[in-house]
Amino acid sequence: MADELLIRTEELVKVFPMGRSEVRALNRVSLDFRAGEFAGLVGPSGSGKTTFLNVVGSLDAPTSGSAEVLGRRIEGLSHREAADLRNRSIGFIFQTFNLLPVYTAYENVEFPLLLLRVPAAQRRRMVMDALEWVGLADRSRSRPAQLSGGESQRVAIARAVVKRPPLLLADEPTANLDAENSHHILRTMAALNRELGTTFLFATHDEKVIAYLHRKITLVDGRVERDEPLTPAAGRETGP
Amino acid sequence: MITLRLALRNILGTGIRAWLNAFIISIALVASSWNQGVVAGMDEQAARAARDLEYGGGQYWQESYDPYDPLTLEEAHSPLPEELRRLVNEGKATAVLMMQGSIYPQGRMRSILLKGIDPRQHVLDFPTSALSAAGAGLPALIGGRFARAVDLARGDTVTLRWREPGGAFNAEDATIVHVMQTTLAAIDNNQAWLPLDRLQEMARLPGAATLVVLAPGTAPLSAPPGWVFRDPDFLLRDLRELVKTKSVGRVVLLVIFLSLGMLAIFDTQVLAIFRRRREIGTLVALGFTRGQVVRLFTLEGALHGVLAVLLGAAWGLPLLWLQARLGFAVPPGTEDMGISIGERIYPAYGAGYILGVAVLSLAVTTVVSLLPSRRIARLKPTDALRGRAS
Repeated sequence: MADELLIRTEELVKVFPMGRSEVRALNRVSLDFRAGEFAGLVGPSGSGKTTFLNVVGSLDAPTSGSAEVLGRRIEGLSHREAADLRNRSIGFIFQTFNLLPVYTAYENVEFPLLLLRVPAAQRRRMVMDALEWVGLADRSRSRPAQLSGGESQRVAIARAVVKRPPLLLADEPTANLDAENSHHILRTMAALNRELGTTFLFATHDEKVIAYLHRKITLVDGRVERDEPLTPAAGRETGP
Repeated sequence: MITLRLALRNILGTGIRAWLNAFIISIALVASSWNQGVVAGMDEQAARAARDLEYGGGQYWQESYDPYDPLTLEEAHSPLPEELRRLVNEGKATAVLMMQGSIYPQGRMRSILLKGIDPRQHVLDFPTSALSAAGAGLPALIGGRFARAVDLARGDTVTLRWREPGGAFNAEDATIVHVMQTTLAAIDNNQAWLPLDRLQEMARLPGAATLVVLAPGTAPLSAPPGWVFRDPDFLLRDLRELVKTKSVGRVVLLVIFLSLGMLAIFDTQVLAIFRRRREIGTLVALGFTRGQVVRLFTLEGALHGVLAVLLGAAWGLPLLWLQARLGFAVPPGTEDMGISIGERIYPAYGAGYILGVAVLSLAVTTVVSLLPSRRIARLKPTDALRGRAS
């Protein structure tokens, strides 16, 4: 599993029409990510971080170039195939948590497993395991409106990892959290990366996140400006 | 299954708005069912009254008889053929002789129909036995409406005039032996019932009749020569047409109420899609296909219809049942519209109709929900995740 090539993009270009002109959000981005990486795309707003995650996450198609994720060519996927890829192999963590408001924490975490038709008993065990990883087993009956920002993001992490996806994409996961909660969820993600071997790819400009990364890719105006390995400065040894 | 589960949770999660929408549709269901019940009840009661008081199990008409042409009435009679006379003698039919005449209540002249019927008959359910009253000279039975119209009451004497076959006019005083209260204008308005043998004698038409009413439940014989058999369906044809015309109102009411409900649901769906874009994006990110999201929102809308049926059953069925039991008073003047109903209408509800309206509202709700949901297919997941419209 380790060192296995998980993501490969070649000359990836994404152009958005903007009125009469167009914005080149990704400009010939070629990157490889291997299984087990804890990597981050950093850069200012508009640098193309989220666009890259969206393409890799099969939520968007590239304008040109290619993106191969878990052996699947993103640009050739139908809507159904893309949905299947996301369902089985990719977890998402969003800046705004994006929990389903009518579901409890338990049900939010359970949701991807329902889509995968995991049997009930196994599902229950997996959900409770995921909630325990993020330290929220005792809040399983709470609805999103009853959870704090930090707790909501931890539920979102549990939802993303419950199906044990090989790849987890996190878009500004700490942007709506205070420092303490940010460190808490980052430690959680680092532990999941270490213990489950889940590959994490972040889009962030938060220094707190960068402090946890093993690899930092700096994007500027849709181009890779720098791709450097890092020695994590914080929390890698600390479990959730 | 997961789509249904999520849809159910979502719709119940919207709280009062979902119930309000469902309530409006339930009003459409209940009001339409009530309206249909009233029309069906009117139809049933009117048909029953016509059968009991006028048509029986069908009528044999003398071939010249045309109820819409009073000018031919003079010729519309002939002696009863043997087959029909046998039915009459066995009590399975009763003969009626009709002729034009006039009465002179309070010195005014009024054209009426003179109808002769056997006072001992039991085929038609009105009090002809009153015509057996002894010492009344020429006894006459009239209806309540007609009595009011000409200001006659029981015991009054009134002059009757008629034309004999030779063309000469004859007259005789008749005594009103009974004023019957009936819902059926056809045996009441502008007519006087006399004993059949007396009318035959007055008209010099011994043994003659204009029509023969068959007792309900009696198997009809083939019509003898010179006579035509009219079955109950033929006789009730006009009534059915009238009821059908009145049913148009029922459809209009259903359309108005359903449209209001559907407008509310359409509005709710459009708003939901606008407000829940981020949720749509999340579902897609989690692995829902666009088709599944469209199905989810359509199902949510359609569930309004299901809630409406449940809600309508909860408050509507007891109400409809109560109405069917107690009925309601017929407004004055309704009988003049041409349908004889009775003093109260008892709605008669058809399970098929109620079920049909429920299924229709479910189908329409689904279609109305599908229309705005199709927009989701055009929504880009990346925009949806940011809460933006594509």
